[in-house]
Amino acid sequence: MNNLRKTLLATTVAAIGASFAAPAFAEDVTLTIESWRNDDLPIWQEKLIPAFEAKHPGIKLNFAPSAPTEYDAALGAKLDAGSAGDIITCRPFDKSLALFQKGQLASLNDVDGMDKFSSVAKSAWITDDGKDAFCVPVAAVIHGFIYNKEAFDKLGIAVPQTEDEFFAALEKIKADGTYIPLAMGTKDLWEAATMGYQNIGPNYWKGEEGRLALIAGKQKLTDPQWVEPFETLAKWAPYMGDGFEAQTYPDSQNLFTLGRAAIYPAGSWEISGFNQQAQFKMGAFPPPVKKAGDECYISDHTDLAIGMNAKTAHPEQAKQFLAWVASPEFAEIYANALPGFFSLSSTPVKMQDPLAEEFVSWREKCKPTIRSTYQILSRGTPNLENETWTESANVINGTDTPQVAAEKLQKGLDAWYKPAAQ
Amino acid sequence: MTTIDATDAVAKRPVRWHIAVFLAPAVLIYTAVMILPLIETLRLSLFNVQDGQSIFVGFDNFKVLFGDDRWSVSFWNALKNNLVFFVIHMLVQNPIGIALAALLSLPVLRLRGFYRTAIFLPTILSFVIVGFIWKLILSPIWGVAPFLMDLVWLKPFFGPWLGKPGSALITVSLVSVWQNIGIPMMLIYAALLSIPDEVIEAAECDGVTGWAQFFKIKLPLILPTIGIVSILTFVGNFNAFDLVYTMQGALAGPDGSTDILGTFLYRTFFGFQLQVGDRSMGATIATVMFLIILAGVSLYLFVIQRRIRRYQF
Repeated sequence: MNNLRKTLLATTVAAIGASFAAPAFAEDVTLTIESWRNDDLPIWQEKLIPAFEAKHPGIKLNFAPSAPTEYDAALGAKLDAGSAGDIITCRPFDKSLALFQKGQLASLNDVDGMDKFSSVAKSAWITDDGKDAFCVPVAAVIHGFIYNKEAFDKLGIAVPQTEDEFFAALEKIKADGTYIPLAMGTKDLWEAATMGYQNIGPNYWKGEEGRLALIAGKQKLTDPQWVEPFETLAKWAPYMGDGFEAQTYPDSQNLFTLGRAAIYPAGSWEISGFNQQAQFKMGAFPPPVKKAGDECYISDHTDLAIGMNAKTAHPEQAKQFLAWVASPEFAEIYANALPGFFSLSSTPVKMQDPLAEEFVSWREKCKPTIRSTYQILSRGTPNLENETWTESANVINGTDTPQVAAEKLQKGLDAWYKPAAQ
Repeated sequence: MTTIDATDAVAKRPVRWHIAVFLAPAVLIYTAVMILPLIETLRLSLFNVQDGQSIFVGFDNFKVLFGDDRWSVSFWNALKNNLVFFVIHMLVQNPIGIALAALLSLPVLRLRGFYRTAIFLPTILSFVIVGFIWKLILSPIWGVAPFLMDLVWLKPFFGPWLGKPGSALITVSLVSVWQNIGIPMMLIYAALLSIPDEVIEAAECDGVTGWAQFFKIKLPLILPTIGIVSILTFVGNFNAFDLVYTMQGALAGPDGSTDILGTFLYRTFFGFQLQVGDRSMGATIATVMFLIILAGVSLYLFVIQRRIRRYQF
């Protein structure tokens, strides 16, 4: 018994000694980064971490990703148990907002470089009143159309600028018959909504103006600017492949990369995959505007940000890291390592991939917005985003007319959403 | 004296511990993984979260599910689709299962073992594989179905069946029939084999052969098995989820046309995409599913099964 007590005492003393001694020895602070992007592990290990550590002696980084499908649950459990990493990769909108409201993500208003981001970029990681930003925006995906350059050259089609030119091009491709004009299906529903409605929609509802008016309750989904994208989508149907109703997302990707389709309504995340798969030259164009000279809008959808665990033991070092994440250096490494995931920094980033360069160049001439259904409007039942999937597919399939689809969406939204006092 | 001896003997008989011991593992495991979760689900359906607190709300969740337009439309749609799903199984799977079993039990049939295995094989395949294979077969772009139909000049009748609201549910149901047909076939095949030869011989002596023999002799004898098969189909169909989920996704499109109770429950309980999971409403739907299945099984046990005449050999 005595022996045991002695050993215990000795260990305790040793432990206390060690814990006092630790700060003296460990000049290096290790920050652990939680992320769902396990695909990005090589990029972090080979490029980002060495670049950061070279400039910040004394801070080491440990990128510890988990599987995308498990991330939210695992992170939640770790945060509750107090064992989560110092740096948290933030999902957009409500999931991160919930973490902030629970006091698990720190407010980052005082991090250097936060002011360099536009309000659109920050919109996914900010409180509803816009007072507290809690994650540094990292990456966004841009919508547009990727086309087969060889097909366009062969048929003598110029890149369409306006909607009329777009449909004229589709008609020409269809008449020729070699290519399926549009590689899109409605089977998976989200393709119709994300690559269709949210892709072309901002030109109609004028991007942020319409999106914010919808949130404020000043516009309704039954207003012409919200119904017209559905009307245009309905006109796509004759140009989509045979049996598009049962065409899935991978089907569409394959149809395009195999060279069987001419135009692919796209998100920029396709770029690296398409570069590997497609054997032909590709180009991209932004959603065509209604009339030549109209202002153009693009969906520049915020997807990923990085924030700080409010209970981290090293808040100072974490903030240094976040300030680096907000810097142009990080943006350039990240955006070039992952063409298609564009930096949200206001400082333009030089892209090496031509297709990615084309996508990102639209930011200069068009006004960016995010997907209309993502902020606030998809919190209730029925869920506006899910309903939009179903209705976008319905409109293309001819199950619902654009007017009926819009009325259904507005009715669903009215059922639970009360806009803030006007 | 003898009576006292007898009671003594009863009293002295040792407690039969082995019964409890042998029952214990099954009871414990079944309680832990089935009964407790069931009770917890029933309990959860009476609670809801308000201001971050879980509060007892009585039957309010059920009132919302049946009374609120947002919920009831989805619920009735799912129930209706589930009924169609079940009816298709009853009309297609079970009669074909019986027919296959009858064919297999014909003494003149050769390669019986091969057919039996081949027809039963899809049942032991994973639903993920089944869903994926059929999605590919029926794909209008790469599928073999349009190609094969073209060979016999039936191409005009091919359509993107999985993508049309009118045909998607029927298609998914038939794929499920294809997958599960082995079960009724095997059960009924076993029942047919257990019919004693004397009965058949007696029938033949009386000149009852062929179709008449099947309908007048064999079918009445396998009716109890058909009853069991029907109730298994009922329970299986109202618990179904996996095949619809793998073939049509969690939103069970197009336009919710393949949404059955299982997928509706999944979306509600776990959430989907931007939709946040709602455990209380999910538990409410699960409870309603439980009650539907309970009602169906009770109807069978107390009304139908008692009227089926059984024959002892």
